[in-house]
Order: sequence, then C-alpha cells, then structure tokens
Amino acid sequence: MNRIDKLFREKTTNILSVYFTAGYPLIDSTVKIVRALADSGADMIEIGMPFSDPMADGPVIQHSNEKSLQNGMNLKLLFNQLSDIRKEVKIPLLLMGYLNPVMQFGVENFCMQCLRVGIDGVILPDLPPLVYTEEYLSIFNKYELYNILLISPQSSSERITAIDKISRGFIYIVSSSSVTGSKGNFSDDQMSYFKRVSKMDLVNPCLIGFGISNRETFMNAGIYARGGIIGSAFVKILGNDGDVIKNISQFIKEFKSN
Amino acid sequence: MNYNVDERGYYGVFGGAYIPEMMYPNVKELADNYLKILNDKKFKDEFHSLLKHYVGRPSPLFFASRLSSFHNTKIFLKREDLNHTGAHKINNTVGQILIAKRLGKSRIIAETGAGQHGVATATVCALMGMKCIVYMGQTDIERQLPNVLRMKMLGAEVVAVTSGNKTLKDATNEAIRDWISNPADTYYIIGSVVGPHPYPDLVTRLQAVISEEMQHQVKEVSGKKNPDYIIACIGGGSNAIGSFYHYLNNESVKLIAVEAGGKGIDSGETAATMVTGRPGIIHGSKTMLMQTDDGQITEPYSISAGLDYPGIGPIHSYLHEIKRVTFDNVTDDEALEAAFRLTRLEGIVPALESAHALAWLGKHQFHKEDVVVVTISGRGDKDMDAYIKYMEQTNYYKSE
Repeated sequence: MNRIDKLFREKTTNILSVYFTAGYPLIDSTVKIVRALADSGADMIEIGMPFSDPMADGPVIQHSNEKSLQNGMNLKLLFNQLSDIRKEVKIPLLLMGYLNPVMQFGVENFCMQCLRVGIDGVILPDLPPLVYTEEYLSIFNKYELYNILLISPQSSSERITAIDKISRGFIYIVSSSSVTGSKGNFSDDQMSYFKRVSKMDLVNPCLIGFGISNRETFMNAGIYARGGIIGSAFVKILGNDGDVIKNISQFIKEFKSN
Repeated sequence: MNYNVDERGYYGVFGGAYIPEMMYPNVKELADNYLKILNDKKFKDEFHSLLKHYVGRPSPLFFASRLSSFHNTKIFLKREDLNHTGAHKINNTVGQILIAKRLGKSRIIAETGAGQHGVATATVCALMGMKCIVYMGQTDIERQLPNVLRMKMLGAEVVAVTSGNKTLKDATNEAIRDWISNPADTYYIIGSVVGPHPYPDLVTRLQAVISEEMQHQVKEVSGKKNPDYIIACIGGGSNAIGSFYHYLNNESVKLIAVEAGGKGIDSGETAATMVTGRPGIIHGSKTMLMQTDDGQITEPYSISAGLDYPGIGPIHSYLHEIKRVTFDNVTDDEALEAAFRLTRLEGIVPALESAHALAWLGKHQFHKEDVVVVTISGRGDKDMDAYIKYMEQTNYYKSE
C-alpha cells in the first residue's frame, strides 16, 4: 500500500506535512532534515526540487531554491542522497517542484528513481491535470507514484470534482489566491471556501497548504481538512543560526502540542 | 497549411498552458473570450480607430534606395519605429487594454525588459485611465533609467524585481506571481508571443497588422505583388510573427528571423535560443529554451535588451521545426555596424533590436531585383548610450 494512503487511513485529523527545499541551507542538509522531521513527529515530508524560476513561490522559497542551486543541487544528486532513506524513515515522502527539470531528467526515468528510493508522491504545480492524464498518468501508475493535484479558491466545483476523479493520495487545497509564504490568519472568505470544499464529499482526503504559518492556522486547517502543509514558515527557520536539528524539533513541537 | 494554434493551445508539440491551478481561471477566462472579442465589430472598430489616430498607422513601407545600392538589391523598410512610443509594442498593448476593459478588469500588470513594452503599457493605461503596475528587473532599471522615468511620468508604478538575475525573465515571474495573488480585478498584458495559451495567439493576431498593411504596401511601393524576403529580428518574437503572419501560407516569400548572437553562439554570452536551446517550459509555454543539462533556465546575453529572452514564442519553435521560417543570428558587433550604416545611408537611427535584422542583409547574397522587406521594429533613441560608446571606441567622430 502507498504510504500516503496508509497515513490517511491511520490518522484522521491534524496531519502535519512539512515542505523544505533539498540542498538548503547546505548541499548535504537534505537527509539530515528529513530525519529530524521524521524524528520530531512530522506525518509527511515534501522535499523541494529546486528550480531557477519558481513562479508559484514567494520570497522565502525562492531564496532557498536559489541557494540550493548555487550549492549544486540537481535531481541526480538528490536521488543519490535519498538512496538509503527508506532504511530509517517510514513516513510518506513526496517530491515537489516544477515540471521542466523533471522533463529534462526524463519523466519515466524520474518515476523509476522515485520508486527506487521510496518516494510516494509528486507535486508539480505547473503540470496541468489534463496534460498529466493524457501524457504521464500511465507512467506514474507503472511506478506506483501518486501525482498530487492542487485546487485554489478560484477553482469551480465542477473542476474540483474533475480533479478529485483523477487524484490519488490526497488533494492539495491552496488556501488563498497567493504565492507561498503569505502570512496572517485565515479570512472569512478563506474559511467559507474551505467549508465549500469540505461539503463536497470528495473521494480523496484534503490537506490545506499556502499560508499555514502558525499553530492557529494549522488547527483551522484541521477543522476543514485532514491537516495542513507548512512550507515557508519552516524553510525560514532553516536559515536561522544555531542548532538546525534542535530548531526543527522545537518548531514541530509547537504544531504538535495539544 | 494551417499555422494557427489548435483548440488545445498548441502549435505542433509547442505551446500549451503549463500553469499552476491558481492561474487557471484567469487564463481560461481569456482563452474562452479572446476570439469572440477580437471578432466583435465594436472591438475591431475601436482597435483600428486607435491604431489609426493614436498610434499613427499604417506605418510606412519605405524604399531605402541608398541601402539598396549598398547591398545590391531592393530594400524596403517597414517603419514600426514611427509608431507612437517608438516601437511595434503598442500595437499589442492597445489591443489588450481593450480586451481587459471588456473583461471588466481595472488593474493592469505588465513585465518589461528594456522598458519598451512597459512604456507601451503605461501609455495605454494613461489613455484609458487604468491603474498600471510594471515589473522590471533591478538590473534593467539601472540600465534603462529614461524608460523607467517615462513610465512613472505616465502614472505607472514601476516595481523593482530583485529575484533571480533581476532581468526580464525574473520580471515575468514576478508579474505571474502578482496575477496569482490578484485574480479578480487584474489583467496581465504580456508583451510578446510568449506565455501560456492564449497569449501567443492573442499577441500574434494583434501584431498581424504589420503584415496586413504590407500586403497593400508592397504592391504600391515595389510594383511586385509579393516580397521575396521578409526579415525581422527576434527575441520573444512579436514583431517577427507580426511581419510574417499574412505571408505564412505564401511559400514563395522567404521569412527570415534573426536572433541575437551576442558575442557569438559559442561564447556562452548569447541569446540565440534556436541554436543553443532545446524544448523546455518557460512561463507556462513549451518551447525552445536556453537551459542547463538539469533543466534550469539560463540567463541570455545580448547588447540589445529587447532580445535577451531565454525562450521564444512557441509558434516560432513550430515554424522553425517545420522549416517555414529560417532562423539565423548576428553578433552584437554586426548589429552595431548595421545600425550605423542605416543611420548614415538613410537618416534613420534604428533600435539595436532592429539592427539585428538589418545586419542579416550583409550575410546573404540577394538578386538585384529581389524585393526585401526589413521590419524596423523600433527607433534607436533608447540605445543612444550603446551607440555613443561604440562611436568612442571606434573613433567614429575622428574618422568622419
């Protein structure tokens, strides 16, 4: 069974998924951060594949992408770094990034490497659902890889239903009309959008991402969806001084405490 | 042969709309409505009236007799440099602002490299009384200060982009991010035949006025029904496709697109996408793209700020693949030399971009009776710094 399905079967609420960019802050940080997140109690991890032109990302993740590329990160190296990750980490691992580097690596080769190292799903925001189903679905299925699709406040109910039909694992609810890293608490409009989606009785479970920056927004995400995804707020602490592992454990503890 | 975009937004394998879900409703709204609007009689009347009375169209097709003698053929210049704001860019912004109004949008955003598209957008926003935000790389802001000040005078807000290499591609990323964050009231005026479908087709149709006018003018000025050659410079490709469009199905007309070779295609400092690129995805479009082996987009170089885009319009990738258009490139130095030649022989100071098209004249053997149309996409006022530097370096003043 795909580890994503297993997670959603075993844990019903407040699932905590955390994004960070591979190769940031240092080229060999990737595995250490995955390990620290798993040890601290994160339920799922999204490992960012850096791209030169991350058009859906705000300044924090842009910066981590830039730095990671300067450090020399690329897909071949990332898969090498992750070669033995399944010996110690059991929670679902996803790769998140943009289509072009994956296309240049070769989509089939990419899926094959994901299967080899134990990646459960992929998030490629600039791969449209239609292109995915027409060109890549069969390859993803062959390598047992889930493609996680996004919905946004502007997505119509018909479109959300259509996306639900071709989704596996979970649906990524983008919380607001914004790039990653927006701050503040959820507005009434956002709350009613979450409510609208939660009433749709979708086949797939949902997680809310973009703008989950503190415990309050995370707990709110848990009301209308199965949990939340933290990206920029987490990436920001990786650039802080001090003991990175200790910072990570403290950061996760805040979201996990009841 | 059909050169139009298919119903899915592709030219062969190129094009499409590789965009995040957050942009989908806005792009879909435009895709669902742009043809209806373009074909609406009221829109057409308003568009053509503005092109005539505001932009100053039709732009002349001028027989350049002294340049013709020099190259031993017949050269005709399509004078887009004589348009209001000094380049072909305004053909597109006039059309798109009318579309934005019809879609009920009140806030206009745009990206700009050299500032020409930014100025053309700020201009039509002032004309229509609409709010205008132009994204421009910090590096370009420093290089193109007069255009920045011009945009500000026109009432636009110029936002300095400090991400990435701080140039055109980063400004485009930032404009896309703005659109994602402001989906309700905002319309994005893209400046070239790039971006997700329907932009490449929309901008193509708006710039097609260039070749539409040529059809009458060539006959009138040269006596021949069709030109033998049409030559245009190419970065993203809007003046090129505008110059070619109505001749695509006329196989007797040779179409030449001239890329910026920069310091040479093997120098690592070039913007010649067709030579150094391979298919990839940039700004929502699958097209030829300058990139590393790992699929990271690289920064192009050209002396001309309007040609240094790492991608190229998807229609051009298609026309290149099926060999309907010949792509070649010229270096910075060849372009500079051609700019001075035109200035001295015809009294026309071309933009550095257009100088690339002119430089190709020296790389080809024409017949004496050939009718060769060269599109002068813009005027050279904005490039005086580069021209002055060239004159100083070559002791140009002394030699005269």
